[in-house]
Amino acid sequence: MTDAMIRLEHVSKTFPGGAAPAVGDLSFEVPEGEILVLVGPSGCGKTTTLKMINRIVEPTSGRIWVAGTNAIEAEPHLLRRQIGYVIQQTGLFPHRTIAQNIATVPRLLGWDRFKIDERVVELIDLVGLDAQMSDRYPAELSGGQQQRVGVARALAADPPVLLMDEPFGAVDPIVRTRLQIELLGLQARVRKTIVFVTHDIDEAIQLGDRVAILNVGGVLEQIGPPEEILREPVNDFVAEFLGTDRGLKRLSLIPIHAVDLDPGPVVAPGTSLHDARSMAERYDVDWVGVGKGADLLGWLYLTELESLRVVPAEGLRRFRTRLDTSATLKEALDAIVSSRAKVAAVFDGDRYLGMLTADRISDEITQ
Amino acid sequence: MILAQSQRPFVDWSWIVGHLDDIWARTTEHVTLTGIALVVGLVISMGLSLLAIRYRVTYQPITWFTGVLYTVPSLALFAFLVPFTGLSILTAEIGLVSYTLLILIRNIVAGIDGVSPAVLEAALGMGYTSRRAFWEVQLPLAIPVMVAGLRVASVTTVGLVTVTSLIGQGGYGAFILRGLRRDFLTEILVGTLLSIVLAVVLDFVFLYLERRTAPWAHRRVA
Repeated sequence: MTDAMIRLEHVSKTFPGGAAPAVGDLSFEVPEGEILVLVGPSGCGKTTTLKMINRIVEPTSGRIWVAGTNAIEAEPHLLRRQIGYVIQQTGLFPHRTIAQNIATVPRLLGWDRFKIDERVVELIDLVGLDAQMSDRYPAELSGGQQQRVGVARALAADPPVLLMDEPFGAVDPIVRTRLQIELLGLQARVRKTIVFVTHDIDEAIQLGDRVAILNVGGVLEQIGPPEEILREPVNDFVAEFLGTDRGLKRLSLIPIHAVDLDPGPVVAPGTSLHDARSMAERYDVDWVGVGKGADLLGWLYLTELESLRVVPAEGLRRFRTRLDTSATLKEALDAIVSSRAKVAAVFDGDRYLGMLTADRISDEITQ
Repeated sequence: MILAQSQRPFVDWSWIVGHLDDIWARTTEHVTLTGIALVVGLVISMGLSLLAIRYRVTYQPITWFTGVLYTVPSLALFAFLVPFTGLSILTAEIGLVSYTLLILIRNIVAGIDGVSPAVLEAALGMGYTSRRAFWEVQLPLAIPVMVAGLRVASVTTVGLVTVTSLIGQGGYGAFILRGLRRDFLTEILVGTLLSIVLAVVLDFVFLYLERRTAPWAHRRVA
């Protein structure tokens, strides 16, 4: 076999009575520790594909390996205890408390009680829930909290693989964004191999180390890192699925520290009007920044400089948005279009690093 | 008759005081007849429900058959059974049990069907075998609907037990029957009221049991 944690080879599924196969002839693999997002329009077989991995859906043909075992030959219920499973409707057991829900798989595996109790406490903390919630029933929790319990339950027996079927599809957008961020934070710590299904391309781009774009009938159109897919969609279907704001989506994937910053039209206090003016001309702007080395003080319009003879160190306009290098180009662009100087100043703490302009960002994604 | 009644006190308290032993004996009898009917009815219903859930095609015939049983007038059923099983508890119970089946089976099946498919999928997805998922997930979740059925069945059964007085059983029904024969209002009232009280008490007992076995069904976001 291979190093891949999950591997599908020529897998197909035709449902009884279905004219065309739900999944045609699908092959891909997921290396250990990767989040692979399956995304596509309804009818693309993404959920069917996911459910074949833990054999909730039996493949019609093909071979599947999970963590080195042949999933097709394994006893389904034993296979599934090695695979975390999170679904959209959470599927929490209404008659069991939060603690009991989380303890489900360890109990099935026959762990002793102390070990289970210890693990439950650990998981409640890991997914950011309040310890007091452990004795409540699912119906007493909000949608977002229930979904966190669902994730904790899936992680309980520390399975190497996690399957997530539109887990954040039923919560409101604000909670969804928070859960997505939390999942990435969690993944940084637990390093599971995750297959994640969604119909939301933005979610796919945000969460996926790689994204697999499926077309109706389980046809794999493109698979790769989101940045690569956005940069080079292989065909019209993928391009259309990504949407017309593909460029903007890419910007949200590129951190500022990945691009070269420009020092910007910055002059030191005491610089003459003439020198300040030629600096502004070089950048084709009607203002100059004022700073000393890594200390950016502010900016002012050239017209304001006319009455003074040299660049002052006080009474300057503030750069209202100060971006950190971990911010994305999308955030930088937002800062640019909403600032009067039409630039985004980038800082590392208090240290001024340079500026980004709309032109610079445009160069970055068209290069 | 109106004249005769008006001459007697509305309720003859001395009769009640003089028959406390008898009332207690009939209470035991009534509770026993009801209890056996519900327990046996539940066991049979559970069996038939499992069959109906496992093999869906059997559900229609099962409800049809128990539905027919349910519609047979109780008097006719007992009269029909007496030549075979005599004036016995068995005769009474065959009738009483028959009348519980339709209600109980419908509620058990509805309770199991009412379990969210997502919950079942999650159970299987985490590694429950389908047998274990049935006993540990589906069945406990069906308890509220099942108990609702038991409550209806218990009220019906308590009432029906009085009819079995016609075949020499009957619990409180014996008072009603004798009171009617003797035109003695007190005895009729005692039989009727106690029967009602027993039905109400049983209903509360089941309500309490349901709250104890399915506390989760009564908790919501505060």
